[in-house]
Amino acid sequence: MSEQLKVPTMAEMMAEGKQPEILFWVGSAGSYDDRAKKITKAFVKILNKANVDFAVLGTEESNTGDVAKRAGNEFLFQMQAVMNIEVLNAYEVTRIVTCDPHSFNCLKNEYPSLGGNYDVIHHTQFIQELMSSGRLTLDGNTYKGKRITFHDPCYLGRANSVYDAPRDVLKKTNATLVEMKRHKGTALCCGAGGAQMFKDAEPGNKEINVLRTEDALETQPEIIATGCPYCNTMMTDGVKFKEKENQISVMDIAELIANA
Amino acid sequence: MEYLPNIIFAIILIAGIGYFANNVKKLVRNIKLGHKVDANDHKSERWKNVINIALGQSKMVKRPVSGFLHVIVYVGFVIINIEVLEIIIDGLFGTHRVGQEFLPAALYGFLIGAFEVLAVLVLVSVIIFWIRRNVIKVKRFLSSEMKGWPKSDGNIILYFEVVLMCLFLVMNATDTVFQSANSGNVISQFIAPWFNGFSLEALHTIERTAWWLHIVGILAFLNYLYFSKHLHILLAFPNVYYGSVEPKGKFNNLEAVTAEVKLMMDPEADPYAAPPETAEDEVPAKFGASDVMDLTQVQLLNAYTCTECGRCTSACPANLTGKKLSPRKIMMDTRDRLEEVGKNIDINKGKFVDDGKQLLGDYITNEELWACTTCNACVEECPVSINPLSIILEMRRYLVMEQSAAPLELNNMMTNIENNGAPWPYNQMDRLNWKDE
Repeated sequence: MSEQLKVPTMAEMMAEGKQPEILFWVGSAGSYDDRAKKITKAFVKILNKANVDFAVLGTEESNTGDVAKRAGNEFLFQMQAVMNIEVLNAYEVTRIVTCDPHSFNCLKNEYPSLGGNYDVIHHTQFIQELMSSGRLTLDGNTYKGKRITFHDPCYLGRANSVYDAPRDVLKKTNATLVEMKRHKGTALCCGAGGAQMFKDAEPGNKEINVLRTEDALETQPEIIATGCPYCNTMMTDGVKFKEKENQISVMDIAELIANA
Repeated sequence: MEYLPNIIFAIILIAGIGYFANNVKKLVRNIKLGHKVDANDHKSERWKNVINIALGQSKMVKRPVSGFLHVIVYVGFVIINIEVLEIIIDGLFGTHRVGQEFLPAALYGFLIGAFEVLAVLVLVSVIIFWIRRNVIKVKRFLSSEMKGWPKSDGNIILYFEVVLMCLFLVMNATDTVFQSANSGNVISQFIAPWFNGFSLEALHTIERTAWWLHIVGILAFLNYLYFSKHLHILLAFPNVYYGSVEPKGKFNNLEAVTAEVKLMMDPEADPYAAPPETAEDEVPAKFGASDVMDLTQVQLLNAYTCTECGRCTSACPANLTGKKLSPRKIMMDTRDRLEEVGKNIDINKGKFVDDGKQLLGDYITNEELWACTTCNACVEECPVSINPLSIILEMRRYLVMEQSAAPLELNNMMTNIENNGAPWPYNQMDRLNWKDE
């Protein structure tokens, strides 16, 4: 990314006596994973372009504990949660946006009973909000007529019933949105959830991400759109496995919008 | 001797209902082996779910073919059973078609006519169900957990329904008085000619036999429920009521863990303080679940409610890619183990005696548990709000927190989170480096 990104931290904001309108929760994948970092930067580009007054926790952010919880380690999850809540509450955070549906679900649903009550939204919801309030406009028709299929992340879709925001945002690009047979409530998982991202799959006859990629390929898309860094990795691997990486790109909605 | 049939009927009725009630008592006792759940919240939403999901079958029809056929059988079952009321009154008081006396002729004819039409529709649907299971062999009825008893169970239920519907129609067709009244015999009038050569007496015998077999069949079917997957016709309603009203992604936070974490994080806390001595604050014997007693009452109710339709398994990404995990099997295993524990309690006069077995390992393997992506597809699919995922999670908790038996890669991931706040071994201080890369 050529232009310089403005990424203020909560600590800097506080030092200046300012309170941003929203906290951008970057998440572990968004902070460290090479592919996911591109999504993070694309989203910041959007935030900068729309002049959103935001901040990140930076080095004060820690893993939400979501993946530990799904793996069965409730202790580790609650330790992480209590630590993060202490930081978030100290900064008097009220609103959080994140590009990771797992963080989104965890912060939104599982932090409240531990003392962390925030209005948490997914980045596709925030982008939709920016568009409908006119703060973000798309110039150019980068994706006009392109066939895009959207893969619903489980923790955005089934887990929290957010199906429309990502689709509404995609429609604004003038792309042709094509649905897979399994979509929305019946969408197939990419295979990364429930801590599977961090281990080999149990013995079977196929990898889940390959099966899901086949779902996507049936729609003959030019772009597979995702809304989750883990889905992105799984679908990217799936497309490579099918040797289609030269024809089909896997992109997060933040990246699509940042380039539109 | 005039009252002999009435007395015999009363005895059969009382025995049939009594035995069933006794089994229901066992069922309730078994469910109560689980942890109590507070479900006094969201009352209006829960009732709404009962109306939409259970009564309205809103999730059944998401698969149109089986959904539509199921609605016919369900509506038929509920409505035709109004007829049972008449049968019971007739049986107890020696009347014949008491409805004819008390209801206007047109209404009685309409009701019986509706029952007859529904009986035929149910017959057709049930036959299609049988074909789906045994001829077309729909994939979800062929999984490995469907071998043996579960397969026979599915077919026995269908045979029961065929026989009951046929008996009902034959009973009407051979009832000469009913036929000559010619009101409501919309279907049976076409069956009546099959018996043309029969004497009046023979017709009466056939009619009486069909009548008796019909009511005995219904009582037998009622009592069959407890031993069958078919309990869902009763339990679907409470099960949907107690089903989750939270977003599916929200997993419960273990309160016992919260208490310990708070203690650890609180600099003021006295680590040597005696725990408060109220029953409510009792620390559970273990974290997570290794056996049915560690699950909640709702999870155990889920297990009894499951009718093994397999929609969950047919949507499970792990199962679709050949892994051992089948959410339906999780529910079947839970019920089988719960039944085993129940029988143990029966034999040992009300007390469970350790049988050296448990749900984890003897029924559900680690391999199945670790194959789950927690994607909620099974939860979304279930037409009666069963949550297999919650049981999988509870058992993972046991594996990780009680046995430290997570796969090595997951242990590494968790160690990383503990040490540097990320699932990978990166430095916490590098968390914002992406900004300048």
